[in-house]
Amino acid sequence: MSIRQGLLALLEQEPMYGYQLRAAFESSTGATWPLNVGQVYTTLSRLERDGLVESAGHDDEGHGIYRITPAGRAEVADWFATPVGRGTPPRDELAIKLAMAVTVPGVDVRAVVQAQRTATLRALQDYTRLKARATDSDLAWSLVLDSLVFDAEAEVRWLDHCEARLARAARDGQSTGEQRQTVSVHQADEVRR
Amino acid sequence: MSAVLEIADLTRVHGKGEAAVTALRGVTLTVTAGEMVAVMGPSGSGKSTLLTCAGGLDTPTSGTVTVEGTDLGSLSRKQLAALRRRSVGYIFQELNLIPALTAAENVSLPRELDGDGHREARALALVALEEVGIAELADRFPDDMSGGQQQRVAIARAIVGDRRLVLADEPTGALDTDTGEQVLRLLRARCDAGAAGVLVTHEARHAAWADRVVFLRDGLMVDETGPAATADSLLHGIRR
Repeated sequence: MSIRQGLLALLEQEPMYGYQLRAAFESSTGATWPLNVGQVYTTLSRLERDGLVESAGHDDEGHGIYRITPAGRAEVADWFATPVGRGTPPRDELAIKLAMAVTVPGVDVRAVVQAQRTATLRALQDYTRLKARATDSDLAWSLVLDSLVFDAEAEVRWLDHCEARLARAARDGQSTGEQRQTVSVHQADEVRR
Repeated sequence: MSAVLEIADLTRVHGKGEAAVTALRGVTLTVTAGEMVAVMGPSGSGKSTLLTCAGGLDTPTSGTVTVEGTDLGSLSRKQLAALRRRSVGYIFQELNLIPALTAAENVSLPRELDGDGHREARALALVALEEVGIAELADRFPDDMSGGQQQRVAIARAIVGDRRLVLADEPTGALDTDTGEQVLRLLRARCDAGAAGVLVTHEARHAAWADRVVFLRDGLMVDETGPAATADSLLHGIRR
């Protein structure tokens, strides 16, 4: 899990206590995946159990400091060297919704696509505003934002692609279902006019 | 904020009779000073026609285009050309830089055509090149620059002399994603400094730099993202 490896990677820089680790994690990832301090301490105790970190005593204020072990360093090196697996695709509500929209008769698929595209672009605008504000020193945060931006962009591209496929299918008159959708889209256009 | 560009009920039909193609069907769009609007839509949706009509490069079949209070339809050919040089800056995917001229000469050309003296035009060109971050390349020729640097020269030419309406059609075409983003940041900065910007793009990542994104399909405006949320509008949502 990425919290475990993330905390280990931070401890490779210097020994730290729980609150410090949480702050360092969040400043790198821009609080995109907030951690509670309980998660940090649970993770630290598992890392200690597995011999990847060890206690390094207490600071003046009594905080329990952890430091990475050689086995922990090896684990971090291994993590960075190994690509993240794709795994099974997560169940994607949008893909399922569109699959249903083209299956069930009478759904205005282009309207479904457009509603999603507008919503995703709004999210993309929000990420971009955050990016515009990020300074050059926020490289880690800025890269995390880029990941959200590219994700949202991929979704919009897929929606564009769906719309083009639908338009082509309607032109070719492949099925009565798709012809029915075209009619309802034309009616919607008339109403908008 | 005052409207820099007002497009009202714009229709554009190319060709006549059987062969007539309707590119735009009654599009209305207002862009105020300081605002950047992105136009998205599939090929053939009318987005480039919208941009060329907005800049007076194409003439509406019906409807009006008003730039800084002047109805473009009321102008003679000569007056229109003058308004284009003075108020409107274009950035195209093809940069159309003149290879025999230096960066500064390419940028100062529209000013000189508009009657500025050489010295004055060059001073304005240097300000524009400074704004896009390549003042030190002023005396280089386009062929001696990278694609990203050439695009910056094209942007400088579009904004030279404080033009208030900047129109961009796929301005990041051949650039890699990071260089493309620098171009969008420049456009954004120009709009934040008070220009009105219209960006035509098929890239959602680039459209997202705009305050508003409008969607065209078959010549009709089918949707838009609306203005960005403000503290007030968010509170309003909660109260409701």
